[in-house]
Amino acid sequence: MTSSLAGRMQTRVLLFAVIGGIWTALVTPILPTRLPLGRSYELSFTVLALIIVLGLLWELLYHLLQQYRWDKDWPTALSLLAGVPEGTLIWLLLGTGTWLWDLPVTARGYWLLFGSVWFVVWVVLSGPIRVLLVRRRWRGGRLFG
Amino acid sequence: MTDAGPSVVPTGDLTQALVDTDIWSEQHLFDAGIPIADAPMISVGGGIGSFALVDHLRICGVGTESLRVLTPLSTPWESFAYLTRVSQVPIGARLRSDSSACPDNIWGFPSYAIREAVGAESVRGLLAPLWQVLTEPLLGEHYTPRVGQVLDAMARESRRIRYPEMVATGQVRMVRRREAGGYFTILTTPEWTPTAKRIAFRSAYVHLAVGYAGLKFLPELQAYRESTRNSSRVVNAYEPHEHVYDQLRRRPGTVMVRGSGIVASRVLQRLIDERNTHGLQTRVVHIFGTYVSGSQGPRFLRRRGGDGFAYQAFDDPKSVWGGQLRDQARNTEGAERTLFYDSLGGTSTPYRQHWQTLLGTARAQGWYSTVVGEVEALDAGADDLITARIQSRDSVLMAEASFVIDCTGLESDIGEQRILADLLQHTGARRNPLGRLDVEPSFEVRGTRSGRGRLYASGAATHGGYLPGVDTFLGLQIAAQEIGDDLAAEGLCRRLNLVRSAREWFRWATNTVI
Repeated sequence: MTSSLAGRMQTRVLLFAVIGGIWTALVTPILPTRLPLGRSYELSFTVLALIIVLGLLWELLYHLLQQYRWDKDWPTALSLLAGVPEGTLIWLLLGTGTWLWDLPVTARGYWLLFGSVWFVVWVVLSGPIRVLLVRRRWRGGRLFG
Repeated sequence: MTDAGPSVVPTGDLTQALVDTDIWSEQHLFDAGIPIADAPMISVGGGIGSFALVDHLRICGVGTESLRVLTPLSTPWESFAYLTRVSQVPIGARLRSDSSACPDNIWGFPSYAIREAVGAESVRGLLAPLWQVLTEPLLGEHYTPRVGQVLDAMARESRRIRYPEMVATGQVRMVRRREAGGYFTILTTPEWTPTAKRIAFRSAYVHLAVGYAGLKFLPELQAYRESTRNSSRVVNAYEPHEHVYDQLRRRPGTVMVRGSGIVASRVLQRLIDERNTHGLQTRVVHIFGTYVSGSQGPRFLRRRGGDGFAYQAFDDPKSVWGGQLRDQARNTEGAERTLFYDSLGGTSTPYRQHWQTLLGTARAQGWYSTVVGEVEALDAGADDLITARIQSRDSVLMAEASFVIDCTGLESDIGEQRILADLLQHTGARRNPLGRLDVEPSFEVRGTRSGRGRLYASGAATHGGYLPGVDTFLGLQIAAQEIGDDLAAEGLCRRLNLVRSAREWFRWATNTVI
C-alpha cells in the first residue's frame, strides 16, 4: 500500500467503522465474554472505538516509519502485524479497569473479537476495497480531498 | 472542387494546402477528396495505453460504436510482447511489475498472485505466490507476474470488451483541430484494404498513446554502424539480437554490456545462462556510466545499491503511482518538477537473489569485469573485434570485444515521432519541463483544446508530467481513469461510482461480455 497520512486516517476510520462495525455487530452474540448481551455489545463497541481512536495515533507513527522507506510504501505484512502492538495496548488499557471501560473482559473473548475484526478489515483493505472505491489507491488512500 | 482559385482534382491524399493549414474544415478535406468517418472518441496507438483507456471507457458505459482505435497493431499487446521477447524476457519469465498492476482489470483485484494461486495445480503452487505477496518485500522479493499470464489476461479482457470491433487498421499520420470544434485524425489505410488511402476520422475527443518514438541509438554506436556498415556486432538490447548468442556458441568471445537497468540484468542473465548451459567461454565486460557502490542518499531518500547497480523493485519508487510521491509530483511546476524527477534517482534494477548469485559466481571466476566510464568511440579492429575507447575518471581505457550490447534505453525525442512532431508544430502542443508532451493532471494535452473537443495523451510521451511512472501498466491505467473522469464530466460516459464499479467488477469476474 502507498498511503498518505490523510489517506491512512480516513481509511482507518471508514474501514473500522463500517466493515469493523458490521463484523462486530454480527460476531458479538457468540463471543465468550460471560456477560449479558447488552454488556457484551458495550464491550465490543468500546474495543472498536479504541481501535479507531488510538489508531489515529498509531497511524502517525506508521507514517513516520514509512518515511524511512525509499518506496514510501507500507508492505501489507506490516498492516497485518500492526495488530499485535495495537491489540496488546488495548488489552492492557482494558485491564486497568478505569476511565470509560469498567468492563470485566475475558482474554478469549477479547482476542477473538480483536483478532477477527483486525483480520476482516485487513482482508478488505488488501483487495476488495479497490472494487468499491476505485480511485482510492491512486490517491494515497484518501476517500476525500 | 474549390469555389475559388485553380481547380484541383481530388486525389484522396494529403495536399500541401492541408499540411500547411493548422485548423481544418470539412471543405478542406472535401477538396482533397479524403472521406470523413465519424466517432465521438478516437484512440491513436492501439497498444496497452489505448487498451487501458478503451477498457475503462467501456466499463463506464461507452458503446463500441462510439470508440475507434486507430492502429497498425494486430493486438494491443503486440509491441509489448515483441519488446519483452527481444530484451530477454521470455514468455514464462517474470516481469518487473506489481501483483496488483493488472492491465486487464482496472481494480487490480484479484491480483495476479491470487490468480496464480487459484490456478495452481499443486499445494506448493497455491501457497508460494500467496506467501510471497504477503511477505513482500520484507522476507523476500516482490511477487511479479509472468509475461504469459499478463498476455492471456489481456486477451480475455479484449474479448470481453469486444476490443477488435473498435479497431480501424492503419497508420495515423496527423491529428488536426477542426474549425467547428473537435479534431480530424488522418489514418493511412493499409495497401491491401479496398478502402480509401486516407480516411479523416472526425471526433470530439482524441487520445494519443503512441508509445516510444523509437530506439535511442547512442552517437558512437550509430557512428560505428555507419562507418562499418555492419549492424550485427553493435546492437541495442531492444533490437532482435539472437545472432549474438548464436555466434558466441560457435566461437568464444567477449561481450561488452552497457547500462545498469533491468534490461542489462536480463542480458547478463542470458549471457551467463548460455555460458553455463553450453559450456562456453564467453567473457563479459560491463561498462557503467555511473557506478553505485552502495546504498545512496540521505536518511529519508535512501536507495539500496551495490556492485554498480541501484536497486529498486519497480521502474519507480512504489508510491509514485498513488502515494506520497504522486502527491508531491502533483504540486510541482517547471524547474521544481525537474528536481523532483531527479530525486527519484536514475536507472535501477530489482535486487533478485538469482541474479546476485549468477554475477557473484561470474566475478569469482574472473570472466565478468566492470569498467566505469563513458564510451567515447567504437572502432573496427582486427579479427572482427571492436575497440572501445572509454573515458574513465582520469584516464582513457581501451577495451576489445566481439559484440557490444547497449542496454541504456528505449527513449528518444518526441520530436522524432511523426504524430507528436505534427502536434507540436500545428496544434499548439508544448513540451513539459522534461521535454516531453505537456499534459494537464487530467492528461489533456495543454494548448490543443478545440471548441468543446479535447485531446489527451498518455504513456511514454507524457513522461515528466504530474504523474511519474506514466509508461507502466499502472501509469496507463491511472491516466485512463483520469481521462475517463474528465470525459464523464463532459457527458461522454458515466462516472465510475461505487455501484457501477461493483456491478462491472462482477461482470469482469464472471467474464460477461459487455
